[in-house]
Amino acid sequence: MSLEAWIPLLVLCSSLLPGLMIFGLDESRVRLRTTLNLGGALTKLALVGVMFWGVSQGIEYEVRISFLPGLDLALRAGPLALLFLVLSSLLWLVTTIYAIGYLEGSPHRSRFFGFFSLCVTATVGVAMAADLLTFLLFYELLTLATYPLVVHRGTEVARRAGQVYLAYTIGGGALMLFGIVWLYTLTGTLEFTPLGFVSELDPTTHPALILIFIFLITGLGVKAALVPLHVWLPMAMVAPAPVSALLHAVAVVKAGAFGIVRVVYEVFGVEFSAGLGVTLPLAVLASITILYGSLRALFQDDLKRRLAFSTVSQVSYIVLGVAIASPIATVGGLVHLIHQGLMKITLFFCAGNLAETLGVHKVSEMNGAGQRMPWTMVAFTVGAFGMIGAPPVAGFITKWYLGLGALDAGQHWVLLVLATSSLLNAAYFLPILHAAWFREPPAQWPAERSLGRGETSRALLWPPIITAVAALLAGLLASLPFSPLEWARFIAEREFRPL
Amino acid sequence: MTPAIIYALTGLGLFVLGLYALIMRAHLLRKILGFNVMGSGVFLVLAGLGQRTPMGGPDPVPQAMVITGIVVAVAATALALSLMLRVVAATGRARLPDPHHD
Amino acid sequence: MEPSALVRELFAWAHADAAGLMASVLALPVLVPLLGALFAFVMRRWAAAIGLVTLLALLATVLLLIPWLLGAGAQGLAVGGWGAPLGVDLYADGLSLAMLLMTAVVGLGISLYAHSYFRADPIREQAFWPLWLLLLTALNALFLSRDLFNLYVTLEILGLSAVALTALAGGAKALVGAMRYLLVSLLGSLAYLLGIALLYHAYATVDLALLAARIDAAPATWAALALMSAGLILKTALFPLHFWLPPAHASAAAPVSAALSALVIKGSYYLLVRIWLELVQVQSDGVATFLGLLGAGAVLWGSIQALVQTRLKLLIAYSTVAQIGYLFLAFPLAAGTGGLAWSGALYLALSHALAKAAMFLAAGNLLRFGGHDRIADLDRVVQRLPLSMAAFALAGVSIIGLPPSGGFIGKWLLLEAALSTGRWGWGIVIMLGGVLAATYVFKVVGFAFTQAEHPHQAQRVPATMEWVAFALAVAAVLLGFLVAQPLMLLEIGDPFAAHVGGMGP
Repeated sequence: MSLEAWIPLLVLCSSLLPGLMIFGLDESRVRLRTTLNLGGALTKLALVGVMFWGVSQGIEYEVRISFLPGLDLALRAGPLALLFLVLSSLLWLVTTIYAIGYLEGSPHRSRFFGFFSLCVTATVGVAMAADLLTFLLFYELLTLATYPLVVHRGTEVARRAGQVYLAYTIGGGALMLFGIVWLYTLTGTLEFTPLGFVSELDPTTHPALILIFIFLITGLGVKAALVPLHVWLPMAMVAPAPVSALLHAVAVVKAGAFGIVRVVYEVFGVEFSAGLGVTLPLAVLASITILYGSLRALFQDDLKRRLAFSTVSQVSYIVLGVAIASPIATVGGLVHLIHQGLMKITLFFCAGNLAETLGVHKVSEMNGAGQRMPWTMVAFTVGAFGMIGAPPVAGFITKWYLGLGALDAGQHWVLLVLATSSLLNAAYFLPILHAAWFREPPAQWPAERSLGRGETSRALLWPPIITAVAALLAGLLASLPFSPLEWARFIAEREFRPL
Repeated sequence: MTPAIIYALTGLGLFVLGLYALIMRAHLLRKILGFNVMGSGVFLVLAGLGQRTPMGGPDPVPQAMVITGIVVAVAATALALSLMLRVVAATGRARLPDPHHD
Repeated sequence: MEPSALVRELFAWAHADAAGLMASVLALPVLVPLLGALFAFVMRRWAAAIGLVTLLALLATVLLLIPWLLGAGAQGLAVGGWGAPLGVDLYADGLSLAMLLMTAVVGLGISLYAHSYFRADPIREQAFWPLWLLLLTALNALFLSRDLFNLYVTLEILGLSAVALTALAGGAKALVGAMRYLLVSLLGSLAYLLGIALLYHAYATVDLALLAARIDAAPATWAALALMSAGLILKTALFPLHFWLPPAHASAAAPVSAALSALVIKGSYYLLVRIWLELVQVQSDGVATFLGLLGAGAVLWGSIQALVQTRLKLLIAYSTVAQIGYLFLAFPLAAGTGGLAWSGALYLALSHALAKAAMFLAAGNLLRFGGHDRIADLDRVVQRLPLSMAAFALAGVSIIGLPPSGGFIGKWLLLEAALSTGRWGWGIVIMLGGVLAATYVFKVVGFAFTQAEHPHQAQRVPATMEWVAFALAVAAVLLGFLVAQPLMLLEIGDPFAAHVGGMGP
């Protein structure tokens, strides 16, 4: 095998092997476990960096293993895969640091970090999958690897949340499998191809293709938390904060959204999908999800639940960008994959810091939090402004391109959705910021702990600051080469027929 | 009606009779006896329908089968009877409880 | 050159001279465990050691058969040189070989487990080994026989030894379960034997190959086949004739439960498939659909029953009922897709053997650990007995049919067979069964994380018992990665081809 084939495998192994080793570690081997975690995360980041450079030079990294007769398992790192890879490997590193600080002294850490690494393995597998079968394999692995993290605390509430989570994801996975096998019996291939591989099929199969599209999108929509398949997500908030951060910003919901991108662009082809008439309903569904998520977020007092509904809303921007079926909106949707990840993980880290340091879990308890924990709240503020879409934070770029794309495609109603959603975003984030910065702190916090000399321990503080700075830079430096925006443009050019 | 058919029909009759006892009777001993009656029925069918060879002698193959079958049936009966005794010792009754009322 | 090809070449060269000697190797999978059983019975104090050596030898023989058959195709052996119709013929093609391999591998796992499990109980240990080896003898003979009457004898030995093993656990539940199992098994065998009597009357042979050449669609033939199938279906515990299985499988000792669920029911299923492929296959859509519907009923009913169980071992036993249903979906799906559906079903059978054995053994560990198998009171076993729980969960992945696992491959092939011919209904059943399986598997896994209301005294579980369960579960998952080799194995001798004979129109 050539070097180009080894690197995708190594990227998988850089989290898989440490994960498996960590399972076998005794609870007390803190140093070794930390070394394995960080070593794996850094190795992965370096490997992804190498591939990023290679792909920008036009190299494709591919490896295949024969599987079923006529079907291979294949990993390929093209530009689209790299978008997701960079995001997940970067955020894995940051989240690992955060989790080490967050879980210090708590029980069952070997189990936690083992499954945590498996999650990331599944995520990078999802990113690099070169066909639907490989994609499904990692997609289901992701379900399995996240389940123990959701029920990690071992409480009755956690168990219930786990059951709901599984009911939705396994059901969705079954629908996907059904759709994939059906598609395979029609086409004889499942390989992702720019512009899709089904457009040559006989027109008599088009009703079947529409059904397959619905099955696939439903299966993916569960993880992407499209309304009404989003129920599991707020329930899964019982998990520890690093899990919420990873699940909501990177792994699970993004795997769903990324899958929708793959299906629309590289299975059906966006123009063919538009011709089938399936993109408009998808855009409407995404818009409903955006508005519904924001509305529900408005009425949550629990901070993590509010963020969860905000996620429901925000992830659908990606879907919306895909479904508008215009090259410009595609750029907006793809770039939001990164932007939403950076901003939302910041917010979850901050929520975790408040909970760990002050015992604050509710919005109504956040009065004056900015005075007690200024840096955390600065990061939170950056994330919140990004979500609202205020320049110069990254979220603005997304909304700008989505709006332009909607105009380009003649879908003017989308602007209304974007405006309403931004107003709602402001309505549920600004009161938090106001309370945190301008209200008097209470005489006593619910459960204050002293963690280190600063406002909280360093392992908890640095990750949100780093991600917040990244979210700012992604917005400020959007026009530089290799910025998320430029990369998304690079991809969008491949996915549309040259005009 | 040839004797062969008469044997076969009698065998079938025994089979059905035994089957009835095996399913309907509650007492384990009756069930085991029912099984034996069924077995005899099958052996009768086997031997009764056994074809004559061209030379006119009886075909040895079904007879070999019957003998093997009898051996198996005896072994099975022995196992069943000893198991029945164990069941009686454990539950105090020589019948099977309804599986839905455990 | 691939290593397997190299081995094939070597064997082709080696057995050019010794073809006759090689052919008698076919008898070894029967002889080895039979001798083992006899020795274990006579030398009771060494029973466990004899058992383990026997299983290793058995695995070695089966492994020896693989390259030979891969090179030379399906093989037959006329035992004692008599030949059909008078003598006893052994015959091995890919299907038999896959079954033999499954039996040897799972059997070795169960044996290692049993070695630890019965260690503190010499009386049970000495009873277990001869019966267990006899059971393996019967199974292997069943997989190698081509003579319907001979198959009857193997079925009976299989049934009797299985019943005796079930009763071994002692206690009212196990004894009653064994008694019911015995009666059902005997009833099934007699129905089968009556069918043979009718077939022999009509065609003067009980050799499968000869029958396939002679058989025609006379009413007596249908009656005979119906009787035989009914008997075998009863023994396989296909819905709605599954009532005897859960109490028997759930009340037996852990290694016995594993053997019953993983291997024994596969014996009668295998025989049914053989009879179907050789004698009935052509022109019987109605019957195939009927069997498929029973299978669908089993998948749904068995899964729902598993879902409502509060005892772990009963849950696993009902899961077996559901999984048996999948095996029968191949009957209707084979029409028009032939090998695809059969490969899928057999792949499921193989991975189910590994996964279900792992599950029952893991359940045995949990039972030993906590002294009970109430699902709601599992009490954080995920932390306290991680290896066994991992075994259960990994086996569950295969049972559910999530990728990558043997179960996934089987379901994929079945689903492909269903959808490529536009038969949605069967596809929906396959999917629904998977979702239901996920629900009951993760019901158990969920409670493994929570704390029980009434904590109980924990007992030590020997490491061997944990590792064996884990290894079998990992094997079930690995079967989802190494797909080409098992499929190639199944293809030897083309067992799924529509035969020229049979009841043609």
